[in-house]
Amino acid sequence: MISVSPKGVTTKKVDRRTFLKAGGTAAGGLMLGFYLPEKSALAAQTAATPAKLNAFVRIGADDSVTLMIHKSEMGQGTVTSLSMLLAEELECDWKRIRNEFPPVSPEYGAMMGAYGSLSIRTSWQQCRQAGAQAREMLISAAAQKWGVDKSKCKAENNSIVNTATNAKLSYGSLADAAAKLPVPAANSIKLKDASQYRLIGTSMKRLDTASKVNGKATFGLDIKRPGMLYASLERCPVFGGKVASFDATQAKAMPGVKNVVQISNGVAVLADNTWAAAQGRKGLTIKWDEGSRANTSTASLKQMFADLAQKPGASARKSGDAAAAMAGAAHKLEAVYEAPYLSHAPMEPLNCVAHVTDDSCEIWVGTQIQSVAQQTAAQITKLPANKITIHTEFLGGGFGRRGGADFIGEAVEIANAVKGTPVKLTWTREDDLQHDTYRPASYTKFAAGLDTDGMPVAFTGTVVCPSFGGLRNGVDSTGVEGIVTHTYDIPNHDIQYHPPDAGIPVSYWRSVGFSQNCFFMESFLDEMAAATKKDPVEFRRRLLSKDPKNARYLNVLNVAADKAGWGKPLPAGHFHGVALVNNLGSFNAQVAEVSIDKGKVKVHRVVCAVDCGQIVNKAGVQQQMESGIVYGLSTALKIGITLDKGRVQQTNFNTYDPLRIDEMPVVEVHMVENHEAPGGIGEASTPTIVPAVANAVFAATGKRIRSLPIKAADLA
Amino acid sequence: MAVFKFTLNGKAQSVDVQPQMPLLWVLRDTLGMTGTKFGCGIAQCGACTVHINGSPTRSCVTQIQTVAGKSVTTIEGLSADGVSHPVQRAWIEEDVPQCGYCQSGQIMTAAALLTKAPNPSDADIDESLHGNLCRCGTYQAIRRAVHTAARYRAEVAVAAKGELV
Repeated sequence: MISVSPKGVTTKKVDRRTFLKAGGTAAGGLMLGFYLPEKSALAAQTAATPAKLNAFVRIGADDSVTLMIHKSEMGQGTVTSLSMLLAEELECDWKRIRNEFPPVSPEYGAMMGAYGSLSIRTSWQQCRQAGAQAREMLISAAAQKWGVDKSKCKAENNSIVNTATNAKLSYGSLADAAAKLPVPAANSIKLKDASQYRLIGTSMKRLDTASKVNGKATFGLDIKRPGMLYASLERCPVFGGKVASFDATQAKAMPGVKNVVQISNGVAVLADNTWAAAQGRKGLTIKWDEGSRANTSTASLKQMFADLAQKPGASARKSGDAAAAMAGAAHKLEAVYEAPYLSHAPMEPLNCVAHVTDDSCEIWVGTQIQSVAQQTAAQITKLPANKITIHTEFLGGGFGRRGGADFIGEAVEIANAVKGTPVKLTWTREDDLQHDTYRPASYTKFAAGLDTDGMPVAFTGTVVCPSFGGLRNGVDSTGVEGIVTHTYDIPNHDIQYHPPDAGIPVSYWRSVGFSQNCFFMESFLDEMAAATKKDPVEFRRRLLSKDPKNARYLNVLNVAADKAGWGKPLPAGHFHGVALVNNLGSFNAQVAEVSIDKGKVKVHRVVCAVDCGQIVNKAGVQQQMESGIVYGLSTALKIGITLDKGRVQQTNFNTYDPLRIDEMPVVEVHMVENHEAPGGIGEASTPTIVPAVANAVFAATGKRIRSLPIKAADLA
Repeated sequence: MAVFKFTLNGKAQSVDVQPQMPLLWVLRDTLGMTGTKFGCGIAQCGACTVHINGSPTRSCVTQIQTVAGKSVTTIEGLSADGVSHPVQRAWIEEDVPQCGYCQSGQIMTAAALLTKAPNPSDADIDESLHGNLCRCGTYQAIRRAVHTAARYRAEVAVAAKGELV
């Protein structure tokens, strides 16, 4: 086995700041490393610190290549895909790559983090340029050593080759000299043409896999600091409520409990292990001021949303004269669609380790947005941002939840109250489901007018959906995206929007507004097709054929329909449904094959066609398509958040039970390959699966699904 | 507090903790073995799966006092080098993990399945791994990897037999 650790560095797990050495294939060939070294530990144990060529590339005297991943790895594969972008131009040896998550720095952008399916889109130029800059510096260093012109040197597999003599200098031997050279301007270097790619567009295995099959990958929850206490926080069960008074006598007497502190949104028990803290919490007696939302229920919110939907809202999309077109339409249809609040429920419950002193704050956390984590800690501790160090750990799932900093703020508040003692705050699963920042519920009323040929001439609607993205001209784009952004050929629109004051914390959830609006839009489109008995695929083709800008959209529809065998005979009792989405720079079409058995929907097969522009890692796209489909399918078939007496009724995975392996359909992914600008893939397939399944249910039963999750009563 | 002795990954282990403390937290907080994960605390997600006397068990609901005298295997003890168990090899070959958080539990459950059903069908896999949630949706890759692991395991058995001959 080939060791990937730096010379002289022990590779066993270092407790304080986990030092991670990954394994490799058991066959003994490839060993890929993913480690996050403690800088002091590394400095103490290595002969030389790797030379920093720029913000993204460090090269060690041992020929190791350390690539900085300035995003978060929550499963979406950024460590591997960003490494591919860097390595494409750097011409380094893939087997020598190690990765680190760097601290917050302006070099990595004003809002450092992974969100909005932006990692590839914002790093596509940046990382290739950084790789190219480092390569040019290595070439310059070699040219100087040889006393030849740079044009006589080329980079190849971790070495610079003298093309006249075939002499070679390894990257490791050039690193120190290269690091002393000026960094060439990014725009002075021509990046490879697509025809020259040797990594981009191929299928590369993940760099973080080995550490994730033996328990060595370090997630936030795995951090342990010397003298650390473990915290569990009791929050008001009603959103917006606060502590009126509390008695901690019993809690403090419980085994292992060391301290009890009140923070802005609850009472924290600190103990010498996670379990003792959670047990100690049960010993708290807290009187809550439940605030004004203690009567909120799913029914009361539905009434509030439905009432608003009767009133004129802010205009979200207006074109032509929808009223006149509707009045003259040959066929009219109306429908109300609803989607529930949803919790993100990443497998790793939220957690954060914070250590606050008089003049510093260190945080170890799986966060999607390092910059926000830092700002949050700065506000609480009143320390300047440069005194706040964020150590990014692996995220046990994100899905938008870890873009928030509420859990980080809580940990910092607790640590601030016990200055000098590191604190790990761990949320229970119950905390996670009952104190999420949820995907908002939505209540949406649609109407359509069809011409004598059955094609839509007017599309109107009122969307009622809580806002969290800020209002512009009265409209929160996160509430209406997927409806107002559609590019089907419909001439007249009047789509309006209301942001209800529901009092439930809401935020980004994988694919955001598209997650519910694609269900509404693609289901209602199916209703339009069904109104005059048109084939759902042919109906969509007609609506996409006229405008050449829809060519890529139309193409994924055709690929999915073709690969799924749309219109061809299916096994008895099986039915197809189709849906499309165009979000975050990617085009996605899915055909779901379902049957109904004993009041339950069984999804057998999903054919997914995706055009995300230039593919970086095919294996990554495949994984993300499958992942998004599972995440969305859970919401179609199984999960939803309901409220009563101001409280979330779901408590754990027994009552918020996502898709399990025995419910997993066969998923086939077909990628359209081109060199268009890369689109986001992390959220591309989540919205589409829901209407694809709902439309297949209609094909199977004649029952139109207009609220989620699908219930047995909807099928009868 | 009380002292409990058990075998952990083949070695004698002794801990002085509350008798009701779940094995999960003894492993993670007392012993610093964080490969076993916390996901739900009520045996609904399988992230905390370990083997107790060879059987896959949810360590989050297993009090340490019931473990005394027994043999516990965690993800850290599945293979000496952390990569050579047939299931680990298969997981690497099929590139299963995404966020990776649930994978210790998936792997421990799959390893136990293969000792009972060396050549499992998809239905066997689904039944065995039904209790292991994955929010990244790696289920299709898991099914593929369990079949691959079964093949690796059979090859190891054939090789071992060859050596004996």
